[in-house]
Amino acid sequence: METILLFAPLIGSLICGFGWRVISEQGAMVVATGLLFLSAFLSWVVFLSFDGVTEQIQIMRWIESGTLATDWAIRLDRLTAIMLIVITTVSSLVHLYSFGYMAHDDHFREGESYRPRFFAYLSFFTFAMLMLVTADNLVQMFFGWEGVGVASYLLIGFYFRKESAGAASIKAFVVNRVGDFGFALGIFALFFLVDSINMDDVFAAAPELANTTITFLWGEWNAIEVICVLLFIGAMGKSAQLLLHTWLPDAMEGPTPVSALIHAATMVTAGVFLVCRMSPLMEFAPGATTFIVYLGATTAFFAATVGLVQNDIKRVIAYSTCSQLGYMFVAAGVGVYSAAMFHLLTHAFFKAMLFLGAGSVIHGMHHEQDMRNYGGLRKKLPYTFWAMMIGTLAITGVGIPLTHIGFAGFLSKDAIIESAWGAQTVAGTYGFWMLVIAACMTSFYSWRLMFLTFYGEARGDKHTHEHAHESPTVMLIPLGVLAVGAILAGMVWFKPFFGDTESVAKFYGIPVAGAEAHDESHADDSHAADDHSDDHAADGPAEDSHADESHAETAVASDDHSDDHAEEGGHGDGHHAAFGGQPGEGALFIGPENKVLDHAHEAPKWVKVSPFIAMLLGFLLAFQMYIRRPDLPAKLAENQKPLYDFLINKWYFDEIYDFLFVRPAQAIGKFLWKRGDGNVIDGGINGLAMGVIPFFTRLAGRAQSGYLFHYVFAMIIGIVVLVTWMSLSGGAH
Amino acid sequence: MTATDLAIVLPEVFLALFAIGSLLFAAYTAKDDLGPALTWATAAVFVGIAGWVALSGDTNRTAFNGMFIDDGFARFAKVVVLLSGAAVLVMTQEFLTRRGLMKFEYPLLIALATVGMMMMVSAGDLMALYMGLELQSLALYVVAALRRDSPRSTEAGLKYFVLGALSSGMLLYGASLVYGFAGTTQFAGIITTADEGGMSIGLLIGLVFVISGLAFKVSAAPFHMWTPDVYEGSPTAVTAFFATAPKVAAMALFARVMHDAFGNAVGDWQQIVAFLAVISMFLGAIAAIGQKDMKRLMAYSSIAHMGYALVGLAAGTEKGVSAMLLYMAIYVTMNIGTFAFILTMERDGVHATSIDGVRGLSKREPIKALALLVLLFSLAGVPPMVGFFGKFAVLTAAVDAGLGWLAVAGAVASVIGAYYYLRLVYFMYFGEETDAAIDGAMPTVQWGFLVASAALMILGIVNLFGVDGAATLAAITLVN
Repeated sequence: METILLFAPLIGSLICGFGWRVISEQGAMVVATGLLFLSAFLSWVVFLSFDGVTEQIQIMRWIESGTLATDWAIRLDRLTAIMLIVITTVSSLVHLYSFGYMAHDDHFREGESYRPRFFAYLSFFTFAMLMLVTADNLVQMFFGWEGVGVASYLLIGFYFRKESAGAASIKAFVVNRVGDFGFALGIFALFFLVDSINMDDVFAAAPELANTTITFLWGEWNAIEVICVLLFIGAMGKSAQLLLHTWLPDAMEGPTPVSALIHAATMVTAGVFLVCRMSPLMEFAPGATTFIVYLGATTAFFAATVGLVQNDIKRVIAYSTCSQLGYMFVAAGVGVYSAAMFHLLTHAFFKAMLFLGAGSVIHGMHHEQDMRNYGGLRKKLPYTFWAMMIGTLAITGVGIPLTHIGFAGFLSKDAIIESAWGAQTVAGTYGFWMLVIAACMTSFYSWRLMFLTFYGEARGDKHTHEHAHESPTVMLIPLGVLAVGAILAGMVWFKPFFGDTESVAKFYGIPVAGAEAHDESHADDSHAADDHSDDHAADGPAEDSHADESHAETAVASDDHSDDHAEEGGHGDGHHAAFGGQPGEGALFIGPENKVLDHAHEAPKWVKVSPFIAMLLGFLLAFQMYIRRPDLPAKLAENQKPLYDFLINKWYFDEIYDFLFVRPAQAIGKFLWKRGDGNVIDGGINGLAMGVIPFFTRLAGRAQSGYLFHYVFAMIIGIVVLVTWMSLSGGAH
Repeated sequence: MTATDLAIVLPEVFLALFAIGSLLFAAYTAKDDLGPALTWATAAVFVGIAGWVALSGDTNRTAFNGMFIDDGFARFAKVVVLLSGAAVLVMTQEFLTRRGLMKFEYPLLIALATVGMMMMVSAGDLMALYMGLELQSLALYVVAALRRDSPRSTEAGLKYFVLGALSSGMLLYGASLVYGFAGTTQFAGIITTADEGGMSIGLLIGLVFVISGLAFKVSAAPFHMWTPDVYEGSPTAVTAFFATAPKVAAMALFARVMHDAFGNAVGDWQQIVAFLAVISMFLGAIAAIGQKDMKRLMAYSSIAHMGYALVGLAAGTEKGVSAMLLYMAIYVTMNIGTFAFILTMERDGVHATSIDGVRGLSKREPIKALALLVLLFSLAGVPPMVGFFGKFAVLTAAVDAGLGWLAVAGAVASVIGAYYYLRLVYFMYFGEETDAAIDGAMPTVQWGFLVASAALMILGIVNLFGVDGAATLAAITLVN
């Protein structure tokens, strides 16, 4: 089943890409989409029936070279299962959506066939992404990693007649190359130290690596720190984190379904997946994870600020994606990988929906993307409006504070913010504040988008507005399905992702080390349970269900601050099971020192409420500026010109990079091309081929005069030279 | 002179008797009408003797007190010489008949030259060497002037004769010096005197003169000057023969003298041979660029190829000799195919060998053009054609012998040389047809040789038909 699931998109891609002439365009698209729906269905079956035990399914022997022996195998664990449903669900919906969105396109000439190619690329992307997430070794993962890179490149540049699209695709490819270089170095380092790139071997070697040093660049470093930072650099490139983020906004040049699938829901989250997948290594690398927290938090903040002022509807959402990815990295960095995966899952739903909604608006508005030319579209595009509304409610995190009822984003985002607090480190506190501020801005720009698009007066081209139309049903169905996800995903899966230790451990197949007293002050409350479960500590997971019950019982009578949690499960009574197991056991590894999850649940109330307040603040600001006083934004931009310029120019990152890297590289390239290649190499070759050799040819021609005495003369000269030479050198002596 | 000695030289004696007998027979009977029949008969005898030599066991014997050596090396060279001679005879018979040149002396002169060549490769003594060399040369001087009524053919014969005489003089002078300082004319005796430490200056100069004489025969620069004029002036059938069997024999003789007589002084002659090799490779490559005539082009091509063969010889090792033999075998095969094509180049019934004739050939004669393309690629040494492996073998041998610079020079020269081969390909496939375009039909025999030769260039990449193994065995008997 897993094999079918994995290769169905590839087969769809091949049939669609090469066979469309035989089975017609429509047929090819239907085949590709049908196979993806099959894949999605199987993914859900796998996800729902998965029992938490890691499985490895070997497909074939792949590489054998020296000590490198690698299988092509599927590693099926909870992480993979989550990614499977995310990828295939969004991908199949995007395929469906593309039937409508790509039906007519002004970028292509009349009668030109482009749709099968588009579908083939989409399916190929899906296959590569599945390869990435099911990889059982790092080379296979790298294969998928590069495969999605190629697909992304092809799809960003899909409108190949558009110069900006071509430039954006190259930019994405080049910037990703920087990250990939780090990733590749990380893999090399692992192979160098562990002599294997299979996940199991690598994970098992993690504790040992923590005590190893490696010489890298100018100094001696702790091996695991270096490896984790290198791997994270790969993740930074793919997930558009600060410094390597510049490609993502430009990637919006691609068709909108591509933005939804690749640049919001799946490919860009590969970095988060990588960090979670590498949790057994990350847990031993406190330095690297601190770096991840700082970088993720800063990215979340930075991207949100830039998102505040963008006018292109897709760019706003792109920066929002960048920002949300920062959230996920913070969660992964502080060690609550499950929360990162939680946000990844919910984000995939609501962000894909926002993009598809935006696509629907763009489709309805005849490919107008500037929000300043929208306005008052609520009536014209009612379904799209409601979908976007749900998406906005989800991303801004609307819910009932201190309960677990709310839109998907509310639960997962709050989980991350609480985790950042729960880290109880400087980095964690920094992350907490950055994320709360970013939450406020998220709310502001999301509502700004809604208000500018759907409310107020119709602006821009009158003709376009009059002809604005709701999208066809094939585009609305995916919106509806995703809307369900955006509303429910958080509430349904809260417990396994961010519930108490036991349920998280069970979900991810992590062995539980047994219950132990967590906090001295609460010891009395849970005395009975303590004793009880201590007895069974050594008996392992089999006894845990029993221990669970006793937790629940005691929890009823437990102390004040965990009322809400007590309902959710046996948790919060000051007594927790801890994650156990060895690195590589279960989908995640959480070190014995890592108590962030518990701390997060015990965060003070103001911490838990803070994101909600921030969200409310952002909403009110947006409401004030775009509904009540629509003239205010222009004035503000006028008053605060330097700040506005700073933001609208995206902190001048592109300009700085242009100055620091692009121009010098161009200069070097131009020098090597014109001087090195053109003058020296071409000049040398041409000079040799057109000057020197013809000269000698003429000389040889002249020597061949036809006169016997010339010939004899040449022979005698030859003899004289040889005799002289031999006499002078004395032969070999 | 014992029966054993005669038994050893029996193939040579048989061939000589056949030539003389046929000469007398034809002179007193039908004369030139017997030409074609004699040509076929000679070719058959060649093939028969080649089989005889090849299957005569693998013992190494000497005859006439070491004057004549019959070893694996000699047998390998003889088989190549005989088979290529037979191929050229068969291939050229039709051409000569059509051009009115089918004289009955032609095949018999070739047979006598071949006896000389067989003598050369088996020589164990400076006298035997000279005798073989002159027997071969005298016969070739005559066939070069086969077309007596053509000034160019006569000029070619005369030039060849005068320059050949000069080179023979130098060889003889060198031989007398060697005899004077070594005290013997036998190779087995010379080798005991001529070792690295004890080479007297007289012996050294003698060596230089002997090498010069041999270099003339293989047409290595700077003793190559006769080659383009003789190749162009001689009837094409004769040129085809010049470019094949005598080159193999001379090259084998070169190796024989170097290893059998001066095998202990490799360091001394290695420098000279390497020098000749470099000059030949570059001169052949550079001068060919300016050529407008196929036959002159092939003359320079053969100069360059002799340079590569000399690279193998310059290595001074068993591997080098083996590479050289392999190279010569491949070279001969390629040249037979190419000359099969040149023989049929004609326009309006006149033999026309200008390179402009092949312009646009691919459109008119796709199979011929394709076969020629393969051969030209092989001559240029483009992988995967067999020609590449020949070059690869000699260059590897040079590198293994510590002559890396020589291998680099060879590679550079092959790049330059590729130009004129590829230019022909360009003419065939992309050239505009001109007034000079050839239009003749191709007789089956030549067509067969052309296509077979091209096919060998491709099929040979599998295992080179085992020739490399045979060459290695032959080299072992020479170098020990």
